[in-house]
Amino acid sequence: MALAGRTAVWWARLRSPCPAAAPLCLPPWLPAGPAACQRLYSSRGKEKIDMSTYPVENIRNFSIIAHVDHGKSTLADRLLEITGTIAKTDRNKQVLDKLQVERERGITVKAQSASLFYSHEGVNYLLNLIDTPGHVDFSYEVSRSLSACQGVILVVDANEGIQAQTVANFYLAFEAQLAIIPVINKIDLKNADPERVEKQIEKLFDIPIDECVRISAKQGTNVEKVLQKVIEKIPPPHCSTTDPLKALVFDSTFDHYRGVIANIALFGGEIQKGHKIVSAHTEKRYEVSEVGILTPNEQPTHKLYAGQVGYLIAGMKEVTEAQIGDTLFLYKHPVEPLPGFKSAKPMVFAGMYPVDQTEYNNLRSALERLTLNDSSVTVHRDSSLALGAGWRLGFLGLLHMEVFNQRLEQEYNMSVILTAPTVPYKAILSSAKLIKEYGKAEITIINPAQFPDKLSVSEYLEPTVLGTIVTPHDYIGKIITLCQERRAVQKDMLYIDEHRVMLKYLFPLNEIVVDFYDALKSLSSGYASFDYEDAGYQAADLIKMDILLNGNPVEELATIIHNDKAYATGKFLCERLKDAIPRQLFEIAIQAAIGKKIIARETLKAYRKNVVAKCYGGDITRRMKLLKRQAEGKKLMRKIGNVEVPRDAFIRVLKRQTDK
Amino acid sequence: SAPCPQWPYCRQRCSYCNFNKYVVPVVDEAAVRACLVREARTLLRLSQVQRWVLGGILGGSGPFGACPQPPHPLPYSITSVFFGGGTPSLASPRTIAAVLEAAVGTAHLPAGAEVTLEANPSSAGSSRLAGFRAAGVNRLSIGVQSLDDAELRLLGREHTAAEAWGAVEAARGLFPGRTSIDLLFGLPGQSCGAWARGLEVALGLCDDHVSLYQLTLERGTALAGKVWGGALPTPPQDLLADMYQTARAMLVAAGFRHYEVSNFARKGALSTHNLSYWRAEQYIGVGPGAHGRFVPRGEGGCSREARVQALEPDAWMREVQSRGHGTRRRVVLSPLEQLEEVLALGLRTDEGITHERWGHFSPHLSLEAAFGAPGEAEALQQQGWLVLDGG
Repeated sequence: MALAGRTAVWWARLRSPCPAAAPLCLPPWLPAGPAACQRLYSSRGKEKIDMSTYPVENIRNFSIIAHVDHGKSTLADRLLEITGTIAKTDRNKQVLDKLQVERERGITVKAQSASLFYSHEGVNYLLNLIDTPGHVDFSYEVSRSLSACQGVILVVDANEGIQAQTVANFYLAFEAQLAIIPVINKIDLKNADPERVEKQIEKLFDIPIDECVRISAKQGTNVEKVLQKVIEKIPPPHCSTTDPLKALVFDSTFDHYRGVIANIALFGGEIQKGHKIVSAHTEKRYEVSEVGILTPNEQPTHKLYAGQVGYLIAGMKEVTEAQIGDTLFLYKHPVEPLPGFKSAKPMVFAGMYPVDQTEYNNLRSALERLTLNDSSVTVHRDSSLALGAGWRLGFLGLLHMEVFNQRLEQEYNMSVILTAPTVPYKAILSSAKLIKEYGKAEITIINPAQFPDKLSVSEYLEPTVLGTIVTPHDYIGKIITLCQERRAVQKDMLYIDEHRVMLKYLFPLNEIVVDFYDALKSLSSGYASFDYEDAGYQAADLIKMDILLNGNPVEELATIIHNDKAYATGKFLCERLKDAIPRQLFEIAIQAAIGKKIIARETLKAYRKNVVAKCYGGDITRRMKLLKRQAEGKKLMRKIGNVEVPRDAFIRVLKRQTDK
Repeated sequence: SAPCPQWPYCRQRCSYCNFNKYVVPVVDEAAVRACLVREARTLLRLSQVQRWVLGGILGGSGPFGACPQPPHPLPYSITSVFFGGGTPSLASPRTIAAVLEAAVGTAHLPAGAEVTLEANPSSAGSSRLAGFRAAGVNRLSIGVQSLDDAELRLLGREHTAAEAWGAVEAARGLFPGRTSIDLLFGLPGQSCGAWARGLEVALGLCDDHVSLYQLTLERGTALAGKVWGGALPTPPQDLLADMYQTARAMLVAAGFRHYEVSNFARKGALSTHNLSYWRAEQYIGVGPGAHGRFVPRGEGGCSREARVQALEPDAWMREVQSRGHGTRRRVVLSPLEQLEEVLALGLRTDEGITHERWGHFSPHLSLEAAFGAPGEAEALQQQGWLVLDGG
């Protein structure tokens, strides 16, 4: 599960498996703490840190959470510098804007960990920073990371104030009963208004103003104070080395040379090389070959002790063996497994096809490699008469989908056709026959072809999300209208200060998967922020809409939509098709239909072709070539009834529109 | 057969034309003439066909066409000659005469055979035209294109509407019933009404043959650059089709037979030479860039070949001087390719493809056998696009 953001990529580079390349991209490490004489960047075969010098009471496990661009990564860099974990250089800034994905969209970072050594009032502390992804799509991962923590640093931009993700992240931490340290960042900016932000924090989160720390991560102002707060406010983990081993797998990565590297948090006992361990989930037995801490590259240690966070290598060959949320214990010393996590459920589905079918195998291997580190993407083989062989992929959200697609392009140089995203619907069956057939009464529908008829269904259900919008109040009117158009129901509206409003709406998920975020950004001149969380399923008046060409249904264009949206969607699809299908020898009726009822129609007039161009004296070769090319083109077309539809037309209609 | 000698030179470049043509200050006409004569002789001997059309160089294309002729001491007979271009009317009547003499000296050219010359209004004064007639030309095809000065300027034509008018009148006086005019429609910004009015004027001027061409924007031409660059509007497909239908209706009402998609004739003034292309007969291209289709029986060949002469005049001349001809490319057409050409060209005419002609190219598979079976052709027949009648 690797969704690389800036930090992730940089860290990944630091632990590059290629020894020859490694020194080139390494910043010079400063010796630090008790490991002062060691070369921290070396992960193999060096002297090891003795972790027993850090008893539980001297350990703090924490995360930084923030809205996109509020400075989480910059603060993390400063913390690493101050504790001597990385060198203080300008390069720590350059790495931040590495990925195009990141610049274009709010970024996601794979949960990363770094152990910091910090001495405060004569005591040596081990501070484990567990970085979290910064986007809503990955709230699942955020909660996963938080499960290894006792506290969080909540970073808020002194200029922008509380944003939608700040709210979402706060509640994740709050519900996990973690200590929260509010930090107001970017106080060096001209428009910074920390007082206002402090008031917002007080009003919305009920945190006293005097608990906020004002900092400038960029300039390093007050960052030490943040570290002191971490030590003071965040409790040490509650556990003991005398308990039996109990380790939570909160992340895993795959290394082609060493196999699975599992990130673990120890909730009891200790672990070292040679220990025989068992996975509570798979009940498989392994022998530990290496343990260590992340600084942030892997740094082997003799042992890890209760309360500590680090990594483990134990001969696991596949990421699925290191199931995230799994509990590891010592062979013959079983423990009550930790609560673990629900597996991440895909919320958004999209078809992915190679642009050229000859690229199918290359794309398959790229997908395999990419999903190796991102188990939250579900992959099912699919094929479309128009687009050929491909896959139906399930993503945690839109950004996840985009990041995945962009990584395919950037890291694997694969160009793909990604169809417009859809959401998983459900139906409660009433027909005894169907219930028997499916073996259950409630079924999930991903493909419109599986949509059961209304007569055999007692209720259709659609997924919903609870959306949080934070906006300057000037845009409220427009935003409320937008939300109503998207069938959203207002749940809450709160002024977080004189100028800013937080709105909460319950949205049908399918109403936001395509272009909601862009619409919101554009009508608020970029000022409104949006975040959402899963809110379960609700009953919905769903229908299946068919697209007909001269009366013949086009399988790949069938869609499941809400009744209220049928007319508009039908009209839109017909118009798009009219532009995309080339005119032919006869008139073509393009219709949208629900059952037998036609709800929209466009007519494509017959082709009127120029055959009267002057033929150059006897040069018919060129004309024959043109005719041949036309005939070749026809072979590539999909025939629906007598209508020939080029693949390109399907692509234009099915493809996700990013330029809207 | 039908020789089509090409004269590759023009005085200026029209804004829409991408034909193989050259605008040079001075043409060594004697040298070009000698080469045309030599190549015509060489290729006529090589083809040895009994029916052929010679088309060619003086800037153009055209076949020397061949029809069935009564037995004659010379084994080969020419059905028609077409001087295309370029602008062949820029050549001197002497050159035209020399090529025709060469043809007569090598093959039989019956007295009444059609000999067409393409002419531009700016190089078609009465005395020149009389000279061409004396040289043996008996049909004229005049590139009028438009009778509107603004449109002529847009097309980059050298002449004015008044000059075109004068040239056509002069030609009709010298070649009565055998003067054709070319008209272009679908100019950027042209309305259907303006086109109809222009055609109305042209109908008051023309003789018994009119060719209508839709302007095709060709890559690399000045006009296409302006349209694709957005400086001029792109004529919409439906408007173009309406213009064509309007013109067709007007010409038919004026007594013209729409005998080929672009060609209209009345009083039987069909172009023999062009019909030989559409009927997939043999033709010989002579001159730079000329195309031919014939069986080189003179060297023992028995397959129809597609032939192209060297494009560039100087290179072409060098080759003719050293080898007797400037053929750069010869491709043997497979039986299927030949049938494709028979179909694609024959379906442009109102007579279509006769069972006889089809049988000539496809002795073993009849039209019924090829197109009567269920399939795409049958669907086209049901929709009225294709007619297959009994043999």
